Order: sequence, then C-alpha cells, then structure tokens
Amino acid sequence: MKHKVAVLVENNPGVLAKVSNLFSRRGYNIESLVVSDTEDKTISRMTIVVDGDERTIEQVTKQLHKLVDVIKVNDLTNDDTVCRQLLLVRVAADRETRGEIIQLMDIFRARIIDIGRRSLIIEATGDESKIEAILKSLQPFGIQEIVKTGISAMVRSPKEK
Amino acid sequence: MQFICMNLRKDSQEVLFLVLGADILLHCLEAHDVDVVFGLPGGVVIPLYDRLKHFPNIKHILTRHEQGAAHAADGYARATGKVGVCFATSGPGATNLVTGIATANMDSIPMVCIMGQVVKELLGKDGFQEAHMTGICQPICKHTYAVTDAAQLPDIVAEAFFVAKTGRPGPVVIDIPKDVFVQDVQVPYDNGTVRNRIMMKYTPCQVNKEKVSKVAQLIQSAEKPMMVIGGGVNTRIENRDVVYSIAQKADMPVSTTLMARGVFPANNPYDVGMPGMHGTVEANYTVQHCDCLIAVGMRFDDRVTSNVSSFAPNAKTIVHVDIDPAEIGKTVTVNFPLVAEASEFLDALHDALPQCAHKAWMEEVQQSRYELKSPAGSVLPPKETFAFIDQYVDENTIVVTDVGQHQMWAALFLNTAGPRKFITSGGLGTMGFGFPAAIGSQFAFPDQNVILITGDGSFQMNMQELAIMKKFKLPIKICLMNNGFLGMVHQWQKMFYEENYSETILDSAPDWAKLAEAYNLNYMRIDTLEQCNEQLAAALTSKEGWFIDFRIDANADVYPMVPAGKGLDDIVVGE
Ligand SMILES: Cc1ncc(C[n+]2csc(CCOP(=O)(O)OP(=O)(O)O)c2C)c(N)n1
Ligand SMILES: [Mg+2]
Repeated sequence: MKHKVAVLVENNPGVLAKVSNLFSRRGYNIESLVVSDTEDKTISRMTIVVDGDERTIEQVTKQLHKLVDVIKVNDLTNDDTVCRQLLLVRVAADRETRGEIIQLMDIFRARIIDIGRRSLIIEATGDESKIEAILKSLQPFGIQEIVKTGISAMVRSPKEK
Repeated sequence: MQFICMNLRKDSQEVLFLVLGADILLHCLEAHDVDVVFGLPGGVVIPLYDRLKHFPNIKHILTRHEQGAAHAADGYARATGKVGVCFATSGPGATNLVTGIATANMDSIPMVCIMGQVVKELLGKDGFQEAHMTGICQPICKHTYAVTDAAQLPDIVAEAFFVAKTGRPGPVVIDIPKDVFVQDVQVPYDNGTVRNRIMMKYTPCQVNKEKVSKVAQLIQSAEKPMMVIGGGVNTRIENRDVVYSIAQKADMPVSTTLMARGVFPANNPYDVGMPGMHGTVEANYTVQHCDCLIAVGMRFDDRVTSNVSSFAPNAKTIVHVDIDPAEIGKTVTVNFPLVAEASEFLDALHDALPQCAHKAWMEEVQQSRYELKSPAGSVLPPKETFAFIDQYVDENTIVVTDVGQHQMWAALFLNTAGPRKFITSGGLGTMGFGFPAAIGSQFAFPDQNVILITGDGSFQMNMQELAIMKKFKLPIKICLMNNGFLGMVHQWQKMFYEENYSETILDSAPDWAKLAEAYNLNYMRIDTLEQCNEQLAAALTSKEGWFIDFRIDANADVYPMVPAGKGLDDIVVGE
C-alpha cells in the first residue's frame, strides 16, 4: 500500500542524500519525493510517497527518525489531507484537434500554457486520480512528453462545528 | 604566536580568545575526557599534529595503518565504555578508517573519528587526496559532521560526543578541511553545547515501570521462560550481578549472544551459553522450547535466529527490550515491545520480580546439555586447548578475538568475567579487528591481562601494528590459532561445497618465531596438550608480551553448527 510520509529535516547540505541513502540501503521503494524549504528557512519539508506494508512503513519512520538531521516524521496516510501534484504534458494538436483538447482541459480546469504548430503544453494540478484522468483523456490525441512532480500533502485544518 | 593557553580558563565563558582551529579541537577533546587518540598524520592534518605537543593530556598513538587506528579506538571504547577517538588524514587515510567505522557501527560502539579534508577552496574539485568522506561514511556511521568554520568546533565536538555515546551508541565522523585547523578565530569560548533538540532526541525515555511489572508477571506465569541478553547489556559492569540475580529470582535460563559473552557467569544451572549458528545445544534447545522469551539489548541477528520462520516456535510471548525503537519488530515479530536502556530495564525487572519456581523447565534445560566431543586422535584439539587458556582467564583478563573458527572457540570455551571483558567483531565480522582492538584495550587498561585469540589469516591482516607492541612493550598475549587455513571458510567448503578448497589454504606463512623476534617479542610454540600444561602458565601470566603459536588441529571444525537457512532445531554437533 502507498503511504505518504511527511519529514521535517534540518536544511543542511547532504540531508537529501542522507534520506535517499537510507531508502536505497534498506530497500524501501520511493514512489515520489518532494522537498522544499518551509516557513522557517532552516527547515525543509519532504513529502515522500513510499510503497510497502505496515511493517515496512513502521521501519521507514523509525529509521528516518534515527537520523540526526530529521526533526519529525509523520505518516499522513490516515490523516485527512489535501494532496497535489503538478503535471506538464505535451500533447499532439493540430488545427482540427486543438479546440477539442482545449474544451476537454476546461473540464479539468487545466491550462494551456504553450501553443506550438503541432503541439500544446498543458499544465494541471490535482491529486493523483485527477492527474491520471487528465492523462487518460489526452491519450487519444498522442502524448509526446510528460513531466510530473511528486505529491505535496498538507493536513486539513479542523472544521468548525 | 597567537595561542593563549586555554586550559587555565576551561570553565570561564564569554572570554574572547584568538586561537587556532587545531587548538580549539584539541582543547575540546581534552574537555571531553579524551586521554588516548590513535592515528597517523598526512598533509592536511599536519597543522593539527603540529599543535599536539601543547596538549600533554592527550596521548597520541601512532599506528602503522589507519585501519589499525580505527580498530584500536574501537577496542578502547569497548573495554572502557568511553568514546574512542582516532585521527586520519584526508583521502586514503580517511578511507582506511572505513572498515573500522563500519565495524563499530554494526556493534553500536561509541567513537569519534576525526578526518582531515582538503582546503575548502578545493572541495568538490578532486583536489589532491580528496575523498567525499561524509558521503562515504554516512551509511556506516551514526552521524557525520562537515566543519566549515573553526568557530563551530566546540558545539560540533560536544554534539559528536553526545551523539556517539547517547541512546544507541555508534561512531560519528567529523570531517575538517585543512584551512579550519589554521583558521584564527575569535570565540567566546566554552566547551560547546548540544542542541536541545538533539539532547531530547537521543536521551532514552525512562523505563515504563508498569510494563516491567507486566514482564515480571509474564515470567512468573510462564511455564518455560528464558532470557537472551546481547551487547546492550555491556553498558554497565554491575549487570553481571543483576542478571544473575534475576535468573535466580525468575528461576529461568539465560543465554548470551556473541556480543554479551562473559556477561553472565558460567557453570551454573542458569547459564546455557551462546545461541545461534554456532551456539550451544542447550541454548538452542532452550530457545526452541521456551514459551516466553525475554530479549534484552540484542537485535535478533540472523546468526542468532538462523531461519526466522522457525525461530522460537513455542514462544507465546516474545518481549523485546531495546534502546533503539527501530530494532523492535525489525526481523522477529514481537508481541511485547519495550523501549528502554538495558541496565534500567534490568534494575526495574529485578525489583519487580517475585521469587518464581520453574522446576520442571529448569530440569528439562539441564537434560538438554550436550558435552561436545573432540575428534579422536587429535593432538591439539581446540576444546581442550581453550580449556587450558581458560585457566588464566580471570576478572583481570580481557579476551579479544579476531574472526573465524578461533573466534567461535573463544566464544564457546572461554569464560570471561563480566561486561566488556570479551571483545569481538560481531555484526560485521571483521578479520584483522582483533590485534589493534587488543592494543586499544591494553592502552585503556595497562594492568589488565589482555589475551588476543587470533587466526593465521586474521592476524596477517593487521600485523603491522606489532610495531606498537614493540615500542610500548605492551604485555599482550597473542594466541595465534595456527591451522594453515582460512579455517572458517574452509569448514564451509568442507560441509557445503564438496571439499572444493578454493583459495583457503594459507601456505607461505612467515616464520612466526622470526617475526616475533623481529619485534622483540617472546615466542612459544605449542604442539600438544602436554605443552599447554607445562608451558602456557609462563606466557599467560607474564608481565611481558608473548607470541604463542598454537599448532591447533587443522582438521578440527567448529561445532555445534546450524547450517545457514536451517532452523535452530537442525543442529550438527560433529563429524
Ligand atoms: C576482512 C574479512 N575478509 C574476509 C572474511 C571472510 N572470512 C570469515 S572467517 C575467515 C577465515 C579466517 O581465517 P583465520 O583468521 O585463519 O581464522 P580460522 O577460521 O582459521 O580460525 C574468512 C576469510 C572476513 N570475515 N573478513
Ligand atoms: Mg586459520
């Protein structure tokens, strides 16, 4: 099963290598990893999607926590989170299909950010299922290139009663 | 010269000094109670070595190879429980430490390894003797620090020592560019502080007394309880008595892993010896038949469990006590996890335990004891030979081993007297560890009798350090179990590879007598048990160093043996 793990780390040189080293050394499978600084510049946050059973995930979090640079590890899988990933996709488009693609992308609230003679570049954000749905809908037109970021996740704020 | 003697003002804070980075480092080492450092200089650390003479409290031992320095610092740490320290220059000097760091890491030994690095300007440009040591060492140590400014040194050194010895101990690497050693810094000087977050992260939580009471109940209500103790129990000398008293109160057998050999007293109904691949019949019997297994400060290494799926099949409860939460549930499924420092747990358990009685079980355990038989006609059989050596193993003896058959014989047949008296490379199984580790132990305890049990293969991996024995007239007793083989591998080839002895024959050995003579060592050759009887006393009780060349039976193998992949029930006890 896929787990989303949020890791707060000190923003030291080499910290990304330490984390990714740990995954490769212990044979854990990273599906995606996003890292950036946070509201505090000395701290970075990683969102790691890792595939494994409960036991593996328990090991992942425990082993991560042993690293000196790691401040906090949270498994977000069972939390109520918002997840987003960014997709850039280049799809074949000529005068005939362009309109149809643009209409289609409107439904997904995706944007056309570049128009070439024979192709378009589309930008979209969303959770995994939405990104998948977009790609599926574009399939028939001919996808030429895909660039995706990993998943960024944030726990939802508590709602007022 | 801008150097101001800081020793006088060690405790004063907020005093402005202008000092060299090298001085700050050495001062900090002094402040952390470092009295011996093992190392070997080179280009980028000359400025560090240049300042050594101003710090007379730090004794530097020049090894002949950096691997020797790392293992010696490790041996020092194992014998004392303090942090071992070694120095090396950048590039090849530092890479030579790597095996030693990995060895310490696998056995959770506290060390601080200080490595020179090329000047900052050259970093990342493949400068002469540059190697990316923090990258190389990261997967094989507890933490790495790359220093960029000498003013960071007090805090980094303080934190390095803290991290090395707190929680689950381990080696820490500090990488220091040459220009940091010669950097003039103005520091409001103190001995450095450990960040709060790091302090909290590694300081073990207090043992949960309620859970310990539950463990006591489990032991009392179990029919067949047992305890297995591991390296974590070496943290305190008193643990010998505490565990023995627990065994008596609980009326249950205790098994000691390789890393805990000697911690538990031998030759009593509770002691079943070592479990696992080369464990005793009774230890493995006990593990396989117990209904409640209390594991303390051990990590269920595959050499202990053998085939995990058939490990301790009757244990309804496995209690795992470890300081490192990541160890719990890593290999063996545990139904009673308890994160705690071993000594604290043992004290609490001792208090919580009522007097129990497991008479039938204790009897069953005694029934399972098996007396190993030596091969018929053997002139110098290991078991009997080690029994002679064991006569000279007392509370003032530290036994250090290398890796191979001789290591297992030492573990099976020598009875050392408590924690930190049996020093061996368990997790990594590093041949060449023994001799430098024996040197480190002897420097730690000049008055103890350090007996090295080594093999002809292992000894040849670090015998350059004989020069240290010569220089300091160290009274180490080198017992070379000379079988002319890479014996342990030879045994596997015999048992599992149809006697295809591919590259395990150690011919062209040096003339050991001449080698000993070359380094001013006393030499003795032992061919028979009679000679053990007549001659060993002179060497093993001597105040001088000895090289004892045991012509151990080359055909004798290590038994018992559980073939790799088999369950602990499938135990081979001889040919
Ligand atoms: C550095 C290293 N290389 C290789 C091995 C694999 N190995 C394990 S035991 C052994 C043989 C050791 O020979 P020796 O020191 O003569 O001991 P013996 O088994 O003969 O007592 C070898 C090669 C190892 N453990 N460490
Ligand atoms: Mg040998």
